[in-house]
Amino acid sequence: MTIADTRPAPGALRRRAFQPNWRQRAIWLGLAAYVVYAGSLLDITWARFVTGLSNGSRFLGRMFPPEFTRWEILLEGLVESLQIAIIASVIGILLSLPIGLLAARNLMPAIVTVPARALIAFSRSFHPIIVAIIFVKAIGFGALAGILALILASIGFIGKLFAEAIEEISLKQVEAVRATGASFFNVVIMGVLPQVLSRFIGFSTYQLDSNLRNSTMVGIVGGGGIGGTLFSAFQRFDYDFVAAILIAIIAMIMIGEVIAGWLRKSFQ
Amino acid sequence: MSAGIEAPATAQAPPRQWQRFTPMQRLSRFAVYLAIVMALVWSVRNVQVIPEFLFDAHNQMADLLRRMWPPDVAYYPRSIHGALMETIHIATLGTILSLFLAVPVGLMAARNITPFWPLNQLANFILVGSRTVNSLVWALLFVAIFGPGALAGTIAIAFRSIGFVGKLLGEALEECDRGPIEALRAAGAPWFSILLKGYWPQVQPAFWSITLFRWDINVRESAVLGLVGAGGIGLVLDSAMNFFQWTRVAMVLISIFAVVLIAEFIVTQIRKRII
Amino acid sequence: MRATAIDDTGAVGEKAPTADGIRKGPRKGDGALVVRRLSKEYQRGVPVLKDISLDFPRRGVVAVIGPSGTGKSTLIRCINRLVEPTSGKIMLDGRDLTKLRGSALRAARREIGMIFQEYNLVERLSVIENLLCGRLGYLPVWRVWLRRFPETDIAEAFSLLDRVGLGDFATRRADALSGGQRQRVGIARAVMQNPKLLLADEPTSSLDPKTSVEIMELMRDLAAERDIPVIINIHDVALARRFATRIIGMSEGSVVYDGPPDELEETHLHQIYGAGDREGGWIG
Repeated sequence: MTIADTRPAPGALRRRAFQPNWRQRAIWLGLAAYVVYAGSLLDITWARFVTGLSNGSRFLGRMFPPEFTRWEILLEGLVESLQIAIIASVIGILLSLPIGLLAARNLMPAIVTVPARALIAFSRSFHPIIVAIIFVKAIGFGALAGILALILASIGFIGKLFAEAIEEISLKQVEAVRATGASFFNVVIMGVLPQVLSRFIGFSTYQLDSNLRNSTMVGIVGGGGIGGTLFSAFQRFDYDFVAAILIAIIAMIMIGEVIAGWLRKSFQ
Repeated sequence: MSAGIEAPATAQAPPRQWQRFTPMQRLSRFAVYLAIVMALVWSVRNVQVIPEFLFDAHNQMADLLRRMWPPDVAYYPRSIHGALMETIHIATLGTILSLFLAVPVGLMAARNITPFWPLNQLANFILVGSRTVNSLVWALLFVAIFGPGALAGTIAIAFRSIGFVGKLLGEALEECDRGPIEALRAAGAPWFSILLKGYWPQVQPAFWSITLFRWDINVRESAVLGLVGAGGIGLVLDSAMNFFQWTRVAMVLISIFAVVLIAEFIVTQIRKRII
Repeated sequence: MRATAIDDTGAVGEKAPTADGIRKGPRKGDGALVVRRLSKEYQRGVPVLKDISLDFPRRGVVAVIGPSGTGKSTLIRCINRLVEPTSGKIMLDGRDLTKLRGSALRAARREIGMIFQEYNLVERLSVIENLLCGRLGYLPVWRVWLRRFPETDIAEAFSLLDRVGLGDFATRRADALSGGQRQRVGIARAVMQNPKLLLADEPTSSLDPKTSVEIMELMRDLAAERDIPVIINIHDVALARRFATRIIGMSEGSVVYDGPPDELEETHLHQIYGAGDREGGWIG
């Protein structure tokens, strides 16, 4: 075959460069059509939006200046949220370590991993708020429901990632430790954990931060903490107090992020 | 990892020691442990939990679970299905809307596209603000502004997602290869063309991946927004709970669970095709 | 087989080491390994080891040679049950290793030190912690969790480190070492177990020729100092000839040569590696 046979005809080249990507255009078109369709389903009309905007500016006006005179109630709520987050995180992290180990398919037989993985999947599937509501309905209003909900959320998050991390380790190192005649726990401590501990700490500090955020919200459904204060302020149209609460929450979360980062560095 | 060793001077000297951490490290580790224990003790002592409730909790849970069984399957077509679809639409529309809002913010936050520090910081502030405020709180705000219903929920999801999408998008943009950009600039391409033909092709897989990831999370979040009146299945859940109709509650929970599973499945499948 | 008392060194049922750090006797038995009719099938009907019977010597270096896939590694790993034999007996000092389970198996394993082709150190731990892994078979969990190793163990670890020429490396992370250095740590870890027997699965295959010789010398000398046998699975025939006191040649799952290195002839090598098959992993 000579080279001349493979060259395209002169006009064809110009047409082929920057050819329209029909598949991508179809996707964009599809998305646009969906937006129109769903928008009509949800009754999202331009008129509503515009009224909303003028409402919004009035609303913002009512939120400023934020009202901090009731700071004692504010502090009480924040402190309770903090307590919920701390207790749930400590217990959740402590439980996630063995549960994650039990869920690792390269370490444990199926009879152990299946229930452990099921527990983890179950804990992850529901939004912490929904879990909190269930606990509130079951055992009553208050911090206990919030704590239990966040413990489950922690197990779901850390347990899953930790089990995945364990399943990625080099089993050769573990085999060598086993060959020395070490007991199961000694093998885990010296063969498995050194490979995954720093990642476990990373997951745990992330979950600590996440629990702090969620602890401010479980109160909305009765799980204790500042969320309850916030919700009732909304219902009373007390928007300047709402602004104060929001500012306090954001401040607490940002401080919490800093502390979580500092904890991670000191352990890793 | 550094440690302390005292080396012997001669063979008769006392045996060498080994410690895993230097004294300094041990002190700081001890301090951290102490702080954590103190925080835990303070929390447990002061949190308002009635001990009787704690000990009785498992019984109460079992009682509730018993009341939820068997789930009321007939409830599904009547009330749940419509609300579930609404939830999915809220999640999807909200995600799409957030893309439009997040792309400019992400562009503003990427230091290679906007080499103007104050704008970077403004963008970062918007992103952090969006992430720090929980989607439930956004929903509360927008219900107060727009009134109850799906509109408030959609915008709440959108606003919450800006932080997530914008941050990851900004990072993806900063990691772009500069070569093609320089080539385009040297050829005299206008700014928008550089964006479209230089950055977009590189960032595209990350963009879809981030969008999918966020959509998956938004499906979960949207289910909850109805609890504060922002539309979707949360409303159905709330009313069923308020009327103590536990078998219906069970059906709602199962439906939510199923939708979340399906959404994850869809995301995994699309991931496999595209990435 | 539970130990009775935990003495104040924290070690279970052993004597404290002598001044040069080497724990000497009493050891029950002296590492006599007898294999009878050992077979292994990874898949049914495809035996990798066919009815192997061997009497290993009580001291010296035994080299097992043969092309890849012939079952050398399987044979070595059956001895400490990292691979489960399909049938047969493996007797160490009169005890059948194939029948052991649970803590008895662990007690048996700690008497067998193993050295791996890819060193298999725990990368994130320091060198000295890797050495102390050798004592894990003797230590209770709390000591390992808190890293409160007995002083005698630490002293022995340091002296072993000096012996293998890594005295200054105690606190370095294992993944910061070169291949030859890592293998020395691996050897030291095995010796820390105070074993009756050393096994080595292709210990030099990942090393350059000069380092390979050093490692072979180290294993031979350490084993001689402690008066224990070494069984090495190796594909470099020249190294085998140079360091072994006995050579076992395997081909397709059976033993085709069992004798001293000076009686190993070309005909035997052809039998092991196949006629004219210089590609079969044979450097001679």
